[in-house]
Amino acid sequence: MSAHAKAQPVGGPIWTRGFRVITALFAVSAALMIWRWIVGLGAATDLSDGYPWGLWIAFDVVTGTALGCGGYAMAFLVYIFNKGQYHPLVRPAVLTSALGYTMAALAINLDVGRPLYIYLIPIRPSWWNLNSALLEVALCVMSYVAVLWIELSPAFFERWEAGPDGFFKRLSATFHPIVKKLMVPLLAVGILLPTMHQSSLGSLMLLAGTKLHGLWHTPLLPLLFLISCVGMGYAVVAFEGTLAARVFHRHRETTMLASLGKVTGAVVMGWAVLRLLDIVLRGKLGLLFSFDMYGFFFWLEMALSIVGGLMLLSAYRFSEAGQFVASILIVTSGALYRIDTYLVAYNPGPNWSYFPSVPEQVITLGIVAFEIMLYVVLVKTVPILSGSASAGAVK
Amino acid sequence: MATNRRALLKGMAAAGAVVASGVTTAEARARRKAPADAIGMLYDATLCIGCKTCVVACKQANGLPPDTSRGGGLWDAPDDLNSKTKNIIKLYKGEGRQSFMKAQCMHCVDPSCINACMMGSLEKREYGVVTWHGERCTGCRYCGVACPYGIPTYEYDKAFPAVVKCEMCAQRKDKPFKPACCEICPVKAVIFGTYADLLVEAKRRLAEHPDRYESKVFGETDGGGTQVLYLSAAGIPFDKLGLPDLGPEPVPELQQSIQHGIYQGFIAPAALFAVLAGVIWRNRKAAARGEGVDS
Repeated sequence: MSAHAKAQPVGGPIWTRGFRVITALFAVSAALMIWRWIVGLGAATDLSDGYPWGLWIAFDVVTGTALGCGGYAMAFLVYIFNKGQYHPLVRPAVLTSALGYTMAALAINLDVGRPLYIYLIPIRPSWWNLNSALLEVALCVMSYVAVLWIELSPAFFERWEAGPDGFFKRLSATFHPIVKKLMVPLLAVGILLPTMHQSSLGSLMLLAGTKLHGLWHTPLLPLLFLISCVGMGYAVVAFEGTLAARVFHRHRETTMLASLGKVTGAVVMGWAVLRLLDIVLRGKLGLLFSFDMYGFFFWLEMALSIVGGLMLLSAYRFSEAGQFVASILIVTSGALYRIDTYLVAYNPGPNWSYFPSVPEQVITLGIVAFEIMLYVVLVKTVPILSGSASAGAVK
Repeated sequence: MATNRRALLKGMAAAGAVVASGVTTAEARARRKAPADAIGMLYDATLCIGCKTCVVACKQANGLPPDTSRGGGLWDAPDDLNSKTKNIIKLYKGEGRQSFMKAQCMHCVDPSCINACMMGSLEKREYGVVTWHGERCTGCRYCGVACPYGIPTYEYDKAFPAVVKCEMCAQRKDKPFKPACCEICPVKAVIFGTYADLLVEAKRRLAEHPDRYESKVFGETDGGGTQVLYLSAAGIPFDKLGLPDLGPEPVPELQQSIQHGIYQGFIAPAALFAVLAGVIWRNRKAAARGEGVDS
C-alpha cells in the first residue's frame, strides 16, 4: 500500500471576495440568531404545537450530521477494512464531519427553547431517562463533536510544531504524543458513536407512530438511517473532493474516488433495495402506487438514489463529472429522506401546516455559510488536504 | 488483509448475535401498568351540553390567561389546546348529528411523551398523573412529536418557554388531585375518580344503554390505555372526536423494543467497541511493520 503525500495547508489569502460575501450572509444570520433568542421561537419561526420540529431539526441537525458522516464512512473503510490507499481522503472528511457536527450543535442551541438546560445533560446523569432515544442522540453527538476535533487535532499540532516557539508549540509538544497514543480507542469510539446516534436519529421518529406516513414509518428506520448516512458520507467525500480540487486548484484524486464510487454505489443500492423490500414485506405495496404527495416524495428519494447509485456502479464513476453528479444525487436523496421523515411525511392532523419562515431559512443558510468560512480558513492554514498543488495553482 | 477481515467478520458476527438476542428478548419489555392508586376522568359525550364551564374553571384553577387571539380581543376564544388552554370543548359536526368533545391530556398508562423526554422532565408521578418539571426541560419538544393526541403545548410566544398541559390540577395540592373541570361540570358529563372505578362505571353505562353509545370505552386499551376514558354517542366513532385508532399496543412499544433490544445492558455497543478497537489496533500494527496503511 502506497505511502500518501503529506497533507499541507493550501495557503493563499483568506479575505477574498467570495469569502466576504459568505461572511456578510453569516453576519445577517448571526443577528437573526440573537433576535431569535430574544423574541422566542413563535416570532422567529413557523413552528407550532402541531409541528414542534421544523427546518432546523430536519435539515440543520438531522441532515447536517448525516452530511457530516464522511469521517465516519471513511474511517470504516480505512481503519476497519484496512483500505489504506484512501488515507488522503480521511483528514478532509474528518474536517467536514467536525464542522458539520459543530454546526448541528449550534443549530440545536437555536432550536431548543431552553438552551442553557442542554448543558445539564452531560452533568446530571441522575436525571437521565435511559428510555429516551433523544438522550442517546444528545450524549452521542456531544461526545462525537469532541472526538472529531481530537481526531483532527494532529493537523493543528503539525502546524504549530512547524511554527515559532511559544504557547502553541509547547501545547503540541505535550498533547500530540498523548493523542497519538490514544488514537486506537479514539478511532474506535469515532466509529461507534455515529453507528449509535445515526441509527437512533431514525429510531426517534418511530415514536411519532400514526403521525408518520406508512412509507417512512417502519421498524427498519434505524437501520435505513444508518445505511443512508454511510452512503451520504462517501458521496460527500467525493463532492467535497471535487469542489476542493477545483476551488483550490489541487490535484484531484479521480482514480481513488472512482474506486470509492463502487463502494458508495453498492451501499446506496443496498439501501434502496432494503427499503423497497421492507415495504413489500410489511404489505404496504399499495402505498407505493397511491400517486399522492407522499408517493411522489418517496419515488423522488428512490429515483435520486437509484440513478446516483447506478451511475457509480457503471463507467460514469471514472469521470470527474460522473462522480460529481452522482454524489449530488445521492446527497440530495439522503437529505430528502431525512426531511421527508421529519417533516413532509409527518402529519399531525388537518389543522396544522408548516413552512419554514424567512428567518428560519436565513439562519440555516447562515449556518452553512459559517461552515464554509471555517472550512476555507482551516484548509488554507492547517494541513488538511494532501497532494501538491496542480499546475497553475494560485497561491 | 485476509486475517484482519476474518477477525473483523467474526467480531461483527458476535456483536450481531448479541444484538439479535437482545431484539428477540425485547418483546419482554415491561409494559407500564396503571398504578393501584391511579386516578382518571370519564367524559361522556352524550351528556355534555357544551357549556364550557369546565374551560373557565380550568383557566381559573391553573391561573391561565384568556386567549383573545380569535375573539377580536374581547373574549377568551381558544381554537384548540394551546399554552393558555389546558382543557377545551370542541364540537364535531357530521351529517345530521353532532357531538361535543373534551380535550386535555389523556394521562396515558404507558405514555409516549415520558419515553421521549431526555431528562425525565415529563414524569408519571403520584396517581399515574403525567406532570412536567421545568427545572429539567431543555425545550426540545420531542414530547410534542411523540404524543399521538397532540397534547403537550409550548409557549412559542415566550423567549423562555414552558411546556403546558393538563396535570389533573396537581398544583392544587388536594390528595388525590381534584381536577377543576370535573368538580364544576353542571351535568356530570365529566367525572373523576379512581381509574378502576371509572372503568367499571363506563362499562355499566355501556351495558345499560348499548343503543346510546359506540360499543367501546376509549382508553380501556387504546394505545396501551389512558387514564382519561371516553364514551361517544352511537354512530360517532372516536376518530371523529379526534381520538386516533391506535390499537391496543402502547405507542412507545415499537421504539422501546428496538432500542432496548440494541442497547440492552449496553453489551452490544461495548462489544462493537471492542471489535473495532481490536481490528484498528491489528491493522495499525501491520502498518507499522510496513505491510499496511501508515497512520
